[in-house]
Amino acid sequence: MPSLSIHAGGLDLKNPVLLAAGILGTTGASLRRAALAGAGGVVTKSVGSVPREGHPGPTIVHVKCGLLNAMGLPNPSYRDFQQEIKTARSAGVPVIASIFGSSATEFAQIARVLKADAFELNLSCPHAEKYGSELGRYPDLVESVTGAVKAAADVPVWVKLTPNTADILELGLAAQRGGADAVVAINTLKAMAIDIETGYPMLGNRYGGLSGQAIKPVAVRCVYELAGRLEIPVIGVGGISSWEDAVEMIMAGAQAVQVGTALLGGYGIFEEITCGISRYLERKSMTLEDLCGLAGRRSQ
Amino acid sequence: MKPINCIIEEVRSETPLIRTYRLDRNLNPAPGQYLMLWIRGVDEIPMSFSGQDTITVQSVGVATQAIFRMGAGSEVGLRGPLGNGFALKGNKILLIGGGVGTAPLAFLAEVAKKADISVTSLLGFRSRDDMIFQDRLEGLGETIITTDDGSYGIKGHASAGLKELNLFDYDQIYLCGPEMMMSDIISRTAEHAAKTQACINRYFKCAAGICGSCCLDPDGVRVCVEGPVLLADRLLDSEFGRYKRGPSGAKGPCRG
Ligand SMILES: Cc1cc2nc3c(=O)[nH]c(=O)nc-3n(C[C@H](O)[C@H](O)[C@H](O)COP(=O)(O)OP(=O)(O)OC[C@H]3O[C@@H](n4cnc5c(N)ncnc54)[C@H](O)[C@@H]3O)c2cc1C
Ligand SMILES: Cc1cc2nc3c(=O)[nH]c(=O)nc-3n(C[C@H](O)[C@H](O)[C@H](O)COP(=O)(O)O)c2cc1C
Ligand code: FES
Repeated sequence: MPSLSIHAGGLDLKNPVLLAAGILGTTGASLRRAALAGAGGVVTKSVGSVPREGHPGPTIVHVKCGLLNAMGLPNPSYRDFQQEIKTARSAGVPVIASIFGSSATEFAQIARVLKADAFELNLSCPHAEKYGSELGRYPDLVESVTGAVKAAADVPVWVKLTPNTADILELGLAAQRGGADAVVAINTLKAMAIDIETGYPMLGNRYGGLSGQAIKPVAVRCVYELAGRLEIPVIGVGGISSWEDAVEMIMAGAQAVQVGTALLGGYGIFEEITCGISRYLERKSMTLEDLCGLAGRRSQ
Repeated sequence: MKPINCIIEEVRSETPLIRTYRLDRNLNPAPGQYLMLWIRGVDEIPMSFSGQDTITVQSVGVATQAIFRMGAGSEVGLRGPLGNGFALKGNKILLIGGGVGTAPLAFLAEVAKKADISVTSLLGFRSRDDMIFQDRLEGLGETIITTDDGSYGIKGHASAGLKELNLFDYDQIYLCGPEMMMSDIISRTAEHAAKTQACINRYFKCAAGICGSCCLDPDGVRVCVEGPVLLADRLLDSEFGRYKRGPSGAKGPCRG
């Protein structure tokens, strides 16, 4: 079997298929379960500086082409989260803490205290007032938040980007200037659904984020654009639900991928994807390195 | 699955704080399964089926109070049936219920009876005024009732009724009620844990196995999709009866 281990974004990963932020990431036990099921690394639920209960329900709506969610960043605050990370780490794969704040200072404060193998900065959640993409759509804020966390943390810092912008490349370049070790693309696309029986917006928060199948072509395009210009690695996420999707994302330029919505089908997805990539590499007599960014090299 | 629109056909008062709502459609649920009830403009919350087309709601907070303001003709959204439900096994079963937790057990008892399974029930309530479904269950088999204040039946918690029963007589035991009551019963009857199915509550947000809100320590069981019915064996060394996470994910006490 070809090796799937890689060094990406400052971490040694036994395989490039990670659990995405906010998916079964509330407890250490559920993160550990993802790791034991074969994830090469796991990203936690985004945690902030004060506890939040999140938006009222419905918090998810299944639509034909994917999933809408507006969880509203529920979390117990970083002060109450270290034990969950500790439990998650007992599975032996890197645990990346996703963190959010409303300013560079708030982000840095969390990064100074919380211990994890890396940080992923949520500058991209599209449905929480004062947080996420409300900062993350401004390149200067992306740069200053990244810089502040880099100065505060002694582990790799990944920056998760929003696709809800005219030019994601600008955001990626800003993260790179701020000193990011990798960018993660993409978070959900801002979206909504309306109940036609009554006219009520279906999500408790009215707006939410679209994930799953529908956003994969958008994610592939974003990763392709970013990987073509950035010096730092790109981690691809959005709509991956099979090994074929993962191969496509890696060809677009992703050094590693994250899987979110596909966990609706259970934890078996990690093995399904990693085994599929292995078989593919074997059949093609290729390495992961050959695969990464192939689409960019083909179009030169 | 998108929420479907549903009309409340009938409302029945069981106690001052518990009402049964009949919906305009039969979703063909199994006992122990639940639905996510969308009270538009308020919240979406989990409710067990208390019959083919009924739910039985205790008023405890914002969303359940909003349901109490609804009458026949009101519209709700719903997703379901969800979760695994009880597995019906054996020829002779025992149901142990407490408070509003009696609701899914009454449904189970009716399904069991149709399958010619003999049903015994042990039900615990605070007092005579809080009793629900006593008539429904008494019609189906031997029924023992306890009340905390002794106003009806045996005085004490449901566990006080265990003395009246030989648990070895039963092929399967089904449990649903307040967490401290269930965990008390499970620890007293640990030798029967492999044949005890408990219908449990956790804080549900997505009810689709993806958000992580309902996961049980130490194995990360997703109660919303792998439950809500779990074997007591799996609960004995778990967080159950010790703590539970609230809407933020922070651990808190599991009173009730
Ligand atoms: C699988 C399942 C089946 C259930 N079946 C029934 C049923 O048949 N009948 C019934 O009356 N209730 C049932 N519940 C509990 C019911 O969902 C909660 O009482 C309801 O969500 C409270 O909403 P609220 O807005 O009125 O209360 P809130 O204002 O949200 O809170 C009031 C109190 O209820 C607690 N609570 C809130 N949500 C939950 C929850 N999801 N689980 C447990 N406690 C909660 C809070 O911690 C608080 O103490 C079930 C819960 C689950 C998980
Ligand atoms: C229920 C749910 C919760 C999420 N929570 C977070 C979060 O807390 N932080 C974050 O950065 N992204 C969050 N996301 C976004 C995902 O990490 C991912 O970027 C997005 O869903 C696209 O990937 P997918 O199509 O594989 O799901 C969440 C997504 C879903 C569906
Ligand atoms: S409620 Fe979201 S995983 Fe169970």
